[in-house]
Formats: sequence, structure tokens, C-alpha cells
Amino acid sequence: MIQRPGPIALGFAVLVAAFLLAPLLAVVPISFTPARFLTMPTGALSLIHYRELIDNPDWGQSVLLSLRIGLVSSVTATALALAFALGVWMFQPPFAALLVGFVMLPMIVPPVVSAMVLYFFLTSLSQVSETVGYDTWLGVTLAHVVMIVPCAVVLILVALAQVDRRIDLAAQGLGATPLQRVFMVILPNIRFGVLTAALMAFILSWEEIGVTLFVTSVNAITLPRMMWMGVHDNIDPAIAAISVVLIAVTTVALLGRMIFQREEHA
Amino acid sequence: MSERRLAAAASFPPEGERAPHAASVAPEERTGPSGRMRPRRASKWIALGFIAPLLAFLALVYVMPFLGVAEWSVTLPKPGVGQYERLASDPLVLSVFVRTFRICAIVTATSVAAAYAIAYVWVRGTRLQRRLTELCILIPFLISILTRAFGWLALLSNRGLVNSWLQASGLIDSPLQLTYNEFSVILGMTHALTPFAAFPLASAMRSVDERVLLAARGLGASRLRVFWSVFLPMTASGVIGAALIVFVFTLGFFVTPAILGGGRSIMAAELVYLRMFQSPDWGLGAAVSVALVLIVALLMAALFRLARPALLRGAR
Repeated sequence: MIQRPGPIALGFAVLVAAFLLAPLLAVVPISFTPARFLTMPTGALSLIHYRELIDNPDWGQSVLLSLRIGLVSSVTATALALAFALGVWMFQPPFAALLVGFVMLPMIVPPVVSAMVLYFFLTSLSQVSETVGYDTWLGVTLAHVVMIVPCAVVLILVALAQVDRRIDLAAQGLGATPLQRVFMVILPNIRFGVLTAALMAFILSWEEIGVTLFVTSVNAITLPRMMWMGVHDNIDPAIAAISVVLIAVTTVALLGRMIFQREEHA
Repeated sequence: MSERRLAAAASFPPEGERAPHAASVAPEERTGPSGRMRPRRASKWIALGFIAPLLAFLALVYVMPFLGVAEWSVTLPKPGVGQYERLASDPLVLSVFVRTFRICAIVTATSVAAAYAIAYVWVRGTRLQRRLTELCILIPFLISILTRAFGWLALLSNRGLVNSWLQASGLIDSPLQLTYNEFSVILGMTHALTPFAAFPLASAMRSVDERVLLAARGLGASRLRVFWSVFLPMTASGVIGAALIVFVFTLGFFVTPAILGGGRSIMAAELVYLRMFQSPDWGLGAAVSVALVLIVALLMAALFRLARPALLRGAR
């Protein structure tokens, strides 16, 4: 029988929860103000900032670009991470821990350093090819793959850790080739882990800003890059409107997942 | 190119990544009878086929360019270690590093404490409490840091919610300066990193053996005493892990400080950004980058050495 948290513990947790939610709730009233600059709601409601999202084609284009980059980079990163994690799990190469640590580097190295490194790489690449270098969507995609691949590797390794090795040994003993082991034995057991990894990789790419800021200037404007201009250069209430949309989508998705899970357990 | 040599280039031993795969050994691969020699050699090449693409990709896109950046730090604007001498002597750069360490230390303490409080209910609460706290952790975690920094501006800026409420209620006459200073940077970064700290803390709390707590209660300890003398020490490794993660992440953060600091309390990572794109001094930017990597590497090495006994115990 677990001793449930007492009033003191609950009090602290409520404070922290309020702290975590406060800035997200604060953008809601701002998004309905009629003014063109950051002001407090005075009672007059307006959807002008939501109209701005539709009327200004830049927003729609940046959303499409972010979706495209997110899809391509998460699929690429998941495929690379899956092959790597499977290789480590199935063949247990020497220095496996060191290899895993190596592919974790983009997660451990400070993001600003990764940004600098990828800026160096893409500007060098620009001298070779116009289509994959600095400030192109393919260039951003390459940079995102580097940044999201460690997360995919971790999630897939976690999923693999829960696979019973004996079923793989049984398949091996019955003469399965490595590819048969992968597709007929291991993958069916970790498919949810792989999906989670791909989804998480997509989300990370979708909201990546640190590296994107370094490797884009005027052409490849992703949604976070667009928002950065509205937050950093001037405080634009249209950011409040897009933020409300993003918060709503995230909340609905999480609630949906919770309800779905509850039914699954029942 | 051998991937072992590449791996050796990784600057710190990732003991923490001593993942589950190291635990068990497939007997067939290692100790098969001599007749199995040929399949074993073939499997080496197949293994390489699985592992090599990611290693090669990262070597090409990440490690080689890093060496290029390191080269900038000793060649721009002129060859030599001049930029590193500036790191150690230029009062502006030094003050940025001092501020960075101060803010990182404060943010680490505040966000680990906040995360501990909410993770406690997330792990040990009733079903409803667990679901609500999970939402409170996951929603901010999944929302872009841009939105979150904007939310803090909406709350704290001169015309923000807090100042308008205070002025409307007559408590203050002129707005308080709550943004574009160290306070707002610390607040924003604590908000950004609390969810990251909550995950390792929650997993440490889940592994606490309930019977130990019951035994302490049975021996007459008060609830507070059980928490302070039993629960907290048993989750100490999670606290160390969370603190390490938060500290390392804060060192390299620059988006939140750039927005909430408004260029007034610059941190090391933001200095790199400014020296790249606003007042170009690429050599200094590269030198600060290399210094940041070295600091993180030293931190990881030191903390893994400290935490090793705890990690090994945890593994058993």
C-alpha cells in the first residue's frame, strides 16, 4: 500500500504546476486583444491576430516547410537510429557503450556549439552544391537529423531492452538470417518503440530553433524561425495566436492519448 | 575508417550509457564451436552494415565540421592562441562566463527542486493526481521554448499581465521592471528545464522499494522523517542525474536567455550567437564553443566518476 502524498507535498506540487502552466495560460487573453502591439485585454475581443495567421501567406508557408522538414528528418533519423540500435543489440560489438556514447554527442554537446558546427558544415557544403547547403530546406533537414538522432537511438534502445533475448536466440537456432531476425522477430516486438521514436523525432524537429537560427537566413523560414522574428525583434501578438493554436493541439493530443491508454488498460 | 577510432574521438566515456545490451551476452556468438567460425566472420560485416551508416553520417556532418570550428578558433583573425588568451583575460568575456555559471547553478537548483516536488506526486499520487501532474509536465515539455518565453513576456513585461494587475489594484504606480534582467532569464530557464529534470527524478522514485518506507513507518518514524531520512537519500542518484542534465543543458541554452534577457544579461551561448551574426568575431565565437565543449566534457567525466558507485549499485 503506497502512502499517498500528504498536504505539504500536494501544496508544493500545486505551486510547481501553476508555475509550469502560467506562461501558457497567459498567452490566451493576449491573443484576443484588438491591438497591433502587446497590450492587456480591456474587454474588447478580436480575432485580428488569428486572421493575420490566415491572411499572411508567410505563416502557412512556414508551417508547410516545418512539416516537410520534420517528416523527412524524422524518417531519416529513425531509420539511421534503428539500424544502429539493432546492430548494437544483435551483434553486441566491442566497446558498445562507447559507440552509443558517440552517437549521443549532439545531445550532450551544448546546442549552441552544435549550431556553430552545423553552420560550418552547411556553409562549406554551399560551395559544392546550391541545393543542400546553407539556408536551404535540405540543409536544415540534414542539421535536424543530427540533432534528433540521439533521442531516436535512446528510445529504440529502451524498447530493445524490453525484448526477451531468448526469442531472438530461438530464431537464430532455427536458422534465421539476420534480416529475418530483424523483420520477423525483433521489429514486431519493438514497433511501438520505433513509432514513439519517430514521433518524438518529428516533434523535436518541428520545434527546433537553436540550430535553425544559425543555418537559415531568408529562404528556409521554418515556423519556429518565423516565431523567433516575432518574439525577438518585436513583440507581435500574432505569436500569441499561433501559440494558442499550438498549445491547443498539444493538449488535445495528450488528452486523447490518455483516454486511449485508459481504454487499452481496461 | 574504423569506427573504433571514431568512437575514441568521443571526448568522454559515456558510462551512463552502459545500456541494457551490455548486460547479457549471446552465447552462440561468442562461444560457438570452431565450425561456426565462418558465420561469425560474416556476421561481423553484417554488424558493420547496421552500425556504420549512423557513425559515418555523424563523422562527416558533425565531427569533421567540429574540427573545422576548432580550427577557426586558432586561425581567425590571425593564427595563434590569441582568442584563448582573450577568454582568460578579457574582462567582458570573463564576466559573461561568471554570469553563465551563476545562472546555471541557480537554475539547476531551482528546477531540480521544482521537478522533485511535482515528480513526487506524479509517481506516488492517486490515479487522478498522477494524470493531472503528468499533463502539467508533458504539456510544457512538448511546447516550443519560443512559445514559453513569449508567455513569460506576456506575464512580466511592462504592459504584461502582472504589471497591469498590480497597477489596477493600486499596489504600484509605475510598472516594475520584471523582464530583460537576470530574474526573468532564471525564471524562463527554470521553466524550460523543470520537465527535463522531472523524468530522471520520477524514474529514481519509482525504483524505491515501498517496503523500506513501510518498515520505517512501522519503526515509528514520522512521515516527514521517512521522507527526509529514507526517501530522499534513496533517490539521491536521481537528483545527481537530474542536476547534471539540467546544468549541461543550461550551459548551451541561448534562445530563452536571448528573448528574456533582451541582450542585457548575456550568457556564454548567446555570446557565440552575437559574435557570429551581430558583431562578427568568428574566432572568439569558435573559441567560446570549444571552451564550452571542454567544460561539459570535464563535468561529465567528474560527475560520472562521482556517481559511478551509485550507478553500479543501481545496475545490480
